[in-house]
This record gives sequence, C-alpha cells and structure tokens, in this order.
Amino acid sequence: MSVSLSQVSLEFSNGFRAINGVSCEIGRGERVAIIGPSGAGKTTLLRLLATALRPSSGSLNILGADPWSLDRLALRRLRGCVGMVHQAPPIPPRQRVVTAVLAGRLGRWPAWKGLASLFYPVDIAGAETVLARVEIADKLFERCGELSGGQLQRVGVARILYQQPELVLTDEPVSAVDPALSDRIIGELNREAIERGVTLIASLHAVDLALHWFPRVIGVKAGEIQFDLPPMRVSDAMLRELYASETAQVPTQDNRPLAVVPAGVRRKPMYL
Amino acid sequence: MNYTLRDPAALPRLCLTALILLLLWPGFQLTEFDPAALFDARSRETMGKFIGTFFPLQTSAEFLQLIAKSTLETLAIATAGMALATLIGCPLALMVTRSLSVSRIGPGPGAALGRAVRLPARFILMFFRSIPEIVWALLFVRAVGLGPAAGVLAIGVTYGGMLGKVYSEVLESNDTRPATALLEAGSGRLGAFFYGMWPVALPELVSYTVYRWECAVRASVIMGFVGAGGLGQQMELSMRMMDGGEVSTILLVFFLLVVLADAVSAFLRKLVA
Repeated sequence: MSVSLSQVSLEFSNGFRAINGVSCEIGRGERVAIIGPSGAGKTTLLRLLATALRPSSGSLNILGADPWSLDRLALRRLRGCVGMVHQAPPIPPRQRVVTAVLAGRLGRWPAWKGLASLFYPVDIAGAETVLARVEIADKLFERCGELSGGQLQRVGVARILYQQPELVLTDEPVSAVDPALSDRIIGELNREAIERGVTLIASLHAVDLALHWFPRVIGVKAGEIQFDLPPMRVSDAMLRELYASETAQVPTQDNRPLAVVPAGVRRKPMYL
Repeated sequence: MNYTLRDPAALPRLCLTALILLLLWPGFQLTEFDPAALFDARSRETMGKFIGTFFPLQTSAEFLQLIAKSTLETLAIATAGMALATLIGCPLALMVTRSLSVSRIGPGPGAALGRAVRLPARFILMFFRSIPEIVWALLFVRAVGLGPAAGVLAIGVTYGGMLGKVYSEVLESNDTRPATALLEAGSGRLGAFFYGMWPVALPELVSYTVYRWECAVRASVIMGFVGAGGLGQQMELSMRMMDGGEVSTILLVFFLLVVLADAVSAFLRKLVA
C-alpha cells in the first residue's frame, strides 16, 4: 500500500475548504492520473501526499507510515522517498541545469557530498542521462533562467528521474510543453514507474493524456473525488459534468476536441 | 453578488499615512529642527569660515607618504574586521532564518528544537550589535593592548551582529520556493541553503557586505581614537593640532575609498547576477 487517505480534509486559514473528506487507496506500482477543473484541489491533494501540507482532519498513510506522527529524522527520510514535480519548477534562474538536476538526491546524499557537488558536479554522467530522457541533454551547463517554460518543466521532470523516489507525484508536468513532446514525457514517466515498480500519481489538465497513459483515472472537483475508474469506464457525460464550469470543450493537450477512445494500458505514442 | 467599485485599501492607507506623519511631528519639535537656520546670513558666514580652514589641502610628499601607509592600515583593519564579522554573522544567520526551517512545513515535528536554537542565536546577534564599536574596542584594548587588533575585534563583533541580522532578513524576504521545495524533498538545511537560497539571494548579500565594509572603513576612524592606528589615528592627531589642511586631505582619501567600495560593489553584483 503506497498511499492511503481516509476522510482527509484540509481547510486553509482563511476558511476555504480545499479538500473535503477524500478517501482513497493507491497500491504500490500503480499509475494514477488526477483530472479536474482549475481550482478543484488537484495541486492541494498532491501537496498533501508530498507531506508539504498537513490535513485538518482525517488520517494519511504515505509509504506505510503516518508522516505527521514521525520524528524529524524519519520524516526527512520519508520525504527523500517522495518526489514531486511542481507545475512551475522552483528552480533559481541563476542555477545551472546540471546543479538543478543533481539537487534531486540532496535528501539521500550526506551534507559534504552536496556541498562538494557545488564546486564540481559529482555525477555529470548521471545528470546527462536523465536529461537525455527528457530530450534536453544539450542544455547541461546552461543557466535555468535562459530556458523556455517547457524546457524548465522538463528540467523539473529530469530532477525527479534522478531522485528515483518510491512515490512519484507530478503536478501538471507538461502544461507548457508542445503536444508531441508532452506525450513522450508522460510516456517516459510511465516507463520509469513500470521499470522501477514505483507508484506514479500525475495531475493533468489534458484529459486525452490522462485517458491514454494511465490505467486508473480519478476525477476531482471542488475538493471531492467525483469518480475513480479505469479510463474505459470514464464516459463523456462524466467528463462534461466534471468540467461543467470550464469551457464548452473538455481540455486536451493540443486543444482539439477529445476524439480519442479510452484504451486502458498504453503502448504506442499518441502524437506523431 | 452586490459589490461596490470603491478601492477597499484606500481608507486604511490614508489612515496609516496620517498616523506616520503624526508620529514624526513631535520628533521634529523635540529636536528643534529648523532648516531655515542653515541659510541665515550669520550661519552662512560661520560655516563658510569653518570650511575655509580646510583649505588649502596639505599635499607635502612626506605627509602623503604617511597617509598612504595609514590608508593601508585602515584597509587592513576594515577587511580583517569584515572577515571576522562574516565568520560570526553567517552561521548565526543560517540558524536564525525561518525560511530554512523544516518544522515550518506542515507544521511538522522539531518546532521546539528550532525555537531553542533560534532564540539564543537572535539574542546573541542583538547583544553584539547593540553595544557601539567604541565600547567593544575599549574592552578589547584591555585584552590585546593598544593597536589595530582591538579595532579588528571590535568591528568583527559589532558588524557580525549586523550582518547576521540583515542576512537572515534578506534570506527570508527573497523567493523561498526553491529552498522550501528542497526541504520538502528531504534535503538538509545546508543543502537547501546552498542549492535553493544562495543563487537567489547572492547579489543582495554581496551588496550589503560591501556596504558594511565601507562602513567599517569609516568606523576605523573611531578606532583610531583608541590607538588602533590607520587613518583614524592620523585624523585625531591632525584635529588636535587644528590643521584643517591635513584633515581635508584625509577626508579626500575617505571619499576615494568610498568611491572604490562603490565600484567594487557594482562589479561584484554584475559578476554574481
């Protein structure tokens, strides 16, 4: 059991109830997509799983432990096993790509190794390998401030691939990336999860990517789970109701109408 | 929903501005602040006479040689003092800054330990900077005798307190998202600082440190009065002999040192930007 939520609620200090009684269980090695309209609570849910936020009520179990009853060192070790790709990568513009990627293992490395890596990167080959998987190996020594939005998002994904966590959380990891490349990136994340047998939970704005690549889709609206089904069972009516407050069309990565037939487990890329 | 189109922040801002002006007014009254007195004919005359004693500048070769040697001494005192201040200020700043606090995330475990470290560190910083340098210098003179060492120690301690406070506030006011993301991924405090805060805050830290070095040069004037050597001691001798020309030469050197510090700061900021 990788992640277990039981009647979890989160209320912010201004009284806004972001998550409302969510219960969910995700096993080890599962690949789950979370979809929903803007402001539904997808990011808040992922940050709860990443132990960045503390639930107001309900119980939470991450990788076999209740994170908020652990002591400092155990919580730090747990956090090193959970990786999060943020929607807007929190990387300083001055930092170089190689340093930003190597920062993924700071939770695992001893302090001296992290500091030594600032003088001369300790694992350039490793960084280059993961950057090649997201197709920006040529930007190894560039400063992150000089990259485009999509390239920066890919550096964030590369950092998670380098960290090799047990639980991979990604918050709209390809929102700024073009459709063909975003398909390959999601494919790469799925491949990583399957190969290493780790859990992948991705929040996606593009429904076509979610239905294509993930064997389990959770729809979230107004802080509650609307449905939790394999993609073949997600009907058009359910999607329309989920996105009722947004545009007339269900959002997709290339903004074309959702024409794809949900097909469960993925094999081939979608965009050519 | 019925909402008006008035700006809700306008009234609080107006009240706050009025309050600030109301608080400043007694200050001006108490200090008998009267700018008109500066431009009074008699004041102009006396000020003019005073400024006149500063000219002509003393430019004899032996005096200039003496000043050159003293300038080097002053620079040495200021630089050594700042090095010591950085050694004191940096670790304390890292202990005090809340943006590197792991217990803040959640909030999670370790809050009590964090407070137990943070509060004494803040107290030490406050203690160091609340006592003026001259008093520290008088204390250290008892230990290491008259000379530059007392000045270096005094500058180191006082400026260490100032650097520590401002560094921690700079680190808290800059973008904390990179450091927080690293802490949430299990990084330690030092790792989060060097990978997440250092690249963001470095230009600001550098500019403040160079400014404090410039202040240390000026502080060495006061150190000179306890026999710490350098330009301060020269200035004290010249003032006692009422030689305005020598004093103004020394002041010119000060001005040039400030120009130098300004240039160094601009150069370093461009380098780390």
